[in-house]
Amino acid sequence: MAADVATGTVAGTVAADDRLEAHTGYNEDVVRLFTLAAVFWGVAAFTVGVFIALQLAFPVLNLDLEYTTFGRLRPLHTSAAIFAFGGNALFATSLYTVQRTCHAPLFGGRALALFIFWGYQLFIVMAALGYVFGITQSREYAEPEWYVDLWLTIVWVCYLVVFAGTLFKRREPHIYVANWFFLAFILTIAVLHIVNNLAIPVSLLGTKSYSLFSGVQDALTQWWYGHNAVGFFLTAGFLGIMYYFVPKRANRPIYSYRLSIVHFWSLIFLYIWAGPHHLHYTALPDWAQTLGMVFSVMLWMPSWGGMINGIMTLSGAWDKLRTDPVIRLMVVSIAFYGMSTFEGPLMSIRQVNGLSHYTDWTVGHVHSGALGWVAFISFGAIYYLVPKLWKRPELYSLRLVSYHFWIATVGIVLYISAMWVSGIMQGLMWRAYDSLGFLEYSFIETVEAMHPFYLIRALGGILFLIGALIMVYNLWRTIRGDIRVEEEYRKPEPVAPAAAAPAE
Amino acid sequence: MSLHDKAEKNVIWLVALTLVTVSIGGIVELVPLHTIDSTIEPVDGVRPYSPLELYGRDIYIREGCYNCHSQMIRPFRDEVERYGPYSLAAESMYDHPFQWGSKRTGPDLARVGGRYSNDWHALHMIDPRSVVPASIMPPYGFMAEREIEADGFRAHLEALEFIGVPYTEEMLAAAEADLIAQATPDADTRDLLERYPRAVVGDLDGNPDAVTELDAIIAYLQILGRMVDFADYSTEDLIQ
Repeated sequence: MAADVATGTVAGTVAADDRLEAHTGYNEDVVRLFTLAAVFWGVAAFTVGVFIALQLAFPVLNLDLEYTTFGRLRPLHTSAAIFAFGGNALFATSLYTVQRTCHAPLFGGRALALFIFWGYQLFIVMAALGYVFGITQSREYAEPEWYVDLWLTIVWVCYLVVFAGTLFKRREPHIYVANWFFLAFILTIAVLHIVNNLAIPVSLLGTKSYSLFSGVQDALTQWWYGHNAVGFFLTAGFLGIMYYFVPKRANRPIYSYRLSIVHFWSLIFLYIWAGPHHLHYTALPDWAQTLGMVFSVMLWMPSWGGMINGIMTLSGAWDKLRTDPVIRLMVVSIAFYGMSTFEGPLMSIRQVNGLSHYTDWTVGHVHSGALGWVAFISFGAIYYLVPKLWKRPELYSLRLVSYHFWIATVGIVLYISAMWVSGIMQGLMWRAYDSLGFLEYSFIETVEAMHPFYLIRALGGILFLIGALIMVYNLWRTIRGDIRVEEEYRKPEPVAPAAAAPAE
Repeated sequence: MSLHDKAEKNVIWLVALTLVTVSIGGIVELVPLHTIDSTIEPVDGVRPYSPLELYGRDIYIREGCYNCHSQMIRPFRDEVERYGPYSLAAESMYDHPFQWGSKRTGPDLARVGGRYSNDWHALHMIDPRSVVPASIMPPYGFMAEREIEADGFRAHLEALEFIGVPYTEEMLAAAEADLIAQATPDADTRDLLERYPRAVVGDLDGNPDAVTELDAIIAYLQILGRMVDFADYSTEDLIQ
């Protein structure tokens, strides 16, 4: 890093990067592949999301085909968003970060890295085809059937070997903080995936299986998995992204090293307990519900520890919010992270959950995290990565990044406010009584009341998708090597003192 | 910070400490559910699904009905009035996997059994808006056209038996015959009803000539919440 800070020119950065890759043997091919895959699957996930959002407003869009019902396409959307878009973004960023921060090329060589890439894409395709053809376990966010799960286990173990092996070979005394988060994410997802998918296939030649656990035990196993898919896949992993890419882009050190230690260990300890808050007032024993609620509320603190550490990294560089739309994406993503990790503990309080559970409020909450936090921090990282990976001096257009940012942000705000209103309204309608003591609304009346909000939500999704398409265009032009003349964005940066940014 | 120094500089330490840290919560919450007897308070009537109900349940899973329908009535006045007595843990003890769901885009189905006629269900599955004009549910007309595949279905019951569902030898032996008989008009279903009390029998989908997926899903929907007779239990009995 010191090299490009000292020269202070984009040309200097590129030359330094070139020398670095030639010198170190970093494997950036596989990072390039994962980056492209993340963009591709991201657009796919957002498109399916818009489509199923419209299905709820206009049921004729189920097309009277078994393959295109909401029930089959919704897992396609969630898996594409979480595992295909989010997963590929995590692979790209973690494999980039671990090489740079360890000063070591990927362990296991190029073939193993390529196997992980194609193996993971095969997992995505097998899972997606399964949903469309009705092959699913119907376990939320763990829908793929047993044979797909086994395949993913193999790929994931290889990922762990490559990542941890690279840490072993590092030429830096310390393991950089982003890598703690990536490592915790890889390890914990392995444990969650294996335990939650324990199942007995009906036949070794067939696709159907039955889960090992049933009823109440199965419910808690599933939500222990489900909430920690959020906690480790969508949080710890993306905090790893934050801890490398925000300091790099802002050219500032992490705000507090001590805070990162405290919030890392408390975050991974507390998250695991939070699953039962998905099962409030169900047949799950009260003691488990209470534990889940208490730990979910406590989880607020380490979550905000991460938010503070991320946002305060901008200390002394707040002007970049105005001048660098990529930083703006990253900072707003951390703000969304802070907002949804406040909303989450609130919704995990049993009495609040009594209102919010089963309604669109949950859907809105998930999307403020998924669109606001996960997608925005990924976009930020991708905008940072693509010029580096393709050896371009800068992005094609920062103005287009700014358009992407604003259009997508408006989309998210429309989405989550529509879901807040419809969720709370539906929850209140379900429990409304008339003056004679009868339930005031039939269920179908609450469905009808949702219609306008489903439209607003779909509009929000369309805006978010448009933003992503602008990104695709911008990245394509960047990779082609074009640069748009944008005077206001291309002022030379003042030379800053060489700060303790993560090593390259 | 010297203690942390070790984790920061040694991959083995970091891996080990991380694994220990993330394991504690899961162990404390999950293991007791398998060891504390009162987790599932026994109630009379809960039985394994009949082959046709299980076939219907497999379709329910295949179609991802959980995306919009819960099967878990919470102990709230409005839910009990809307859907019936709140759900008991025992009622899903043979559900591999559980289908409690997390979203009610459509209504809860935990006690949908017996609420509507077979004919209503058949019409509703084929074209939901023919009976509920404002419904946003997808149509499932293809189920009416597709005959069930009875051959080899015994393996499904055997897999469940292997993981603890108390299917008897007799149930396994009759699995494929029961699968067909339950939705065949005028079939002798006395033994079937002995094995699977309260199962709905007869032509369920309005097509007496074939046993279709629509028969199966209706058989499943019609048993939901009906295994336990709540006339036998008072509120006091159900409070733990």
